[in-house]
Amino acid sequence: MIGRLALALVGLAVLASASLVVGVGDLDLRGLVTGGADAETLRLLAVSRIPRTVAVILAGASMGIAAVIMQMLFRNRFVEPTTSGGAEAASLGLLAVALLAPDLPVMGKMLVAALFSLAGTALFLLLVDRLPVRSTLIVPLLGIMLGKVIEAVTTFFAYRYDLLQSLAAWTNGDFSGVLRGRYELLWVAAALTALAYLAADRFTVAGLGESFTTNLGLNYRRIVTLGLAVVSLVTAATVVTVGTVPFLGLIVANLVSMLAGDNLRRSMPWIALAGAAFLLASDILGRLVRFPYEVPVGTVVGVVGSGIFLVLLLGRRARFG
Amino acid sequence: MIEIDSVTKRYGETAVVDDVSLALPAGGITAIVGPNGAGKSTLLSIVARLAPADAGRVRVDGLDVASTPGAVLAKRLAMLRQENQVLARLTVRELVAFGRYPHSRGRPTAEDERHVANSIAYLGLEPLQERFLDELSGGQRQRAFVAMVLCQDTDYVLLDEPLNSLDMKHAAAMMRLLRRAADELGKSIVLVLHDINFAAAYADRIVAMRDGRVVFDGPPEGLMREDVLESVYDMRIRVEAIGDWRLAVYYR
Repeated sequence: MIGRLALALVGLAVLASASLVVGVGDLDLRGLVTGGADAETLRLLAVSRIPRTVAVILAGASMGIAAVIMQMLFRNRFVEPTTSGGAEAASLGLLAVALLAPDLPVMGKMLVAALFSLAGTALFLLLVDRLPVRSTLIVPLLGIMLGKVIEAVTTFFAYRYDLLQSLAAWTNGDFSGVLRGRYELLWVAAALTALAYLAADRFTVAGLGESFTTNLGLNYRRIVTLGLAVVSLVTAATVVTVGTVPFLGLIVANLVSMLAGDNLRRSMPWIALAGAAFLLASDILGRLVRFPYEVPVGTVVGVVGSGIFLVLLLGRRARFG
Repeated sequence: MIEIDSVTKRYGETAVVDDVSLALPAGGITAIVGPNGAGKSTLLSIVARLAPADAGRVRVDGLDVASTPGAVLAKRLAMLRQENQVLARLTVRELVAFGRYPHSRGRPTAEDERHVANSIAYLGLEPLQERFLDELSGGQRQRAFVAMVLCQDTDYVLLDEPLNSLDMKHAAAMMRLLRRAADELGKSIVLVLHDINFAAAYADRIVAMRDGRVVFDGPPEGLMREDVLESVYDMRIRVEAIGDWRLAVYYR
């Protein structure tokens, strides 16, 4: 287990190295290896390439964790921040900040976005509770619809106040703008996911349902509150720094569940690793596909991810009829 | 001892549990029987604090279930509900180990591991212990849940329809196992059962409910009479004696 995890870490390190050398700016590779790199190369690494790579890893890992927590809380495999209104609500929060308090520091922006995201997710929870039939597919469908409604509100105000372009930049996940000093919020997301790991057993128990949770002497509502708080903050941090990346967490959490099960204490490290690796690979692909231009990673994951999402949906259907 | 004191639970206008008072002494098997909608499962859920009562109170060994901290109760009383829609894809062993959570709080000791192994063996799940729950048949899954509840090692074990989705062989084995748990481990077991013949064959005491009220409370011999059964189930049920054993015949 530890051995395989170490192997996966090596794989991630390889991807990260690739991410460091792919880009438009010239990188003096030979100089780096021999230790005599020029100042320009070092600066490029420190200011752009390393921050970008680190940002992708942090974002991918925390998106995966946020998704699996939501899946346990809603007991639905197809729920994650981008299929429950949470991510769209965070964008609405960002727009509200841009309109009402544009000078708010980035930490404040994140908190406002997190509050919006929490409200969006809470609304989703309320709606799901009222669903007469709680089928596996209806729940995420409702979430996607709710997300679209929130997005429509956001678009309306962005249009009215001539902010459509900025909105497009926020909402589509993209790491090309990541520089030193502009991604550090993601460390907060990573710290939160580490915190969530401490409660891994509780989230697994919540995945067994409210009765099991109460029976084992745990407070179900408290676990839900903790989980949704973590998910909202993580979503807000990623939306503020890089935008939304649809389906990423959902896919990663499903793949790991199929291979290793849902004992979160065991599977969370894998989900974090897989999320980071998937996002990193997509980001590199986005940089290479029409070099020297870039395709935003949100688009890459959107295309690849919706394909995998479809396969997952159909696969589940076949298995559970 | 479980003391149920004037418990009422309403859904809208109808009282599903209507002013029920019962005292269930510690030890032995108590079966709750009765037609659909009699309030059996609801009563059991209230005792296990999985559903709140609208009036009245329940005490388990003197502890009020509505106000005692959940973690304290979880070491005295365990309940398995009838419908268990579980998302988490756990192995049988992982699931059973979560039954130790009230004791281990996520840090299992050698003692906890021993309990897990015992419960798995008790239900004959050793060959399946590394399988995921979604790879099991309904009956196997049901046995895994019962193993989890037994692993919680509480004095009181409440099971709602534990014979659900078990075939004849496993249903009889489950009842024998519960009998053993009561006799050898000194557990107090309360079951909701549909099959009155199983109830009469294994329980020490039977509580019959109808329309939210207790209509019979006593030993199996008292229930297994044609007039009593008719008053509970509102249908004619023949009772045949085979040796000293009474069998209700209601199939046609």
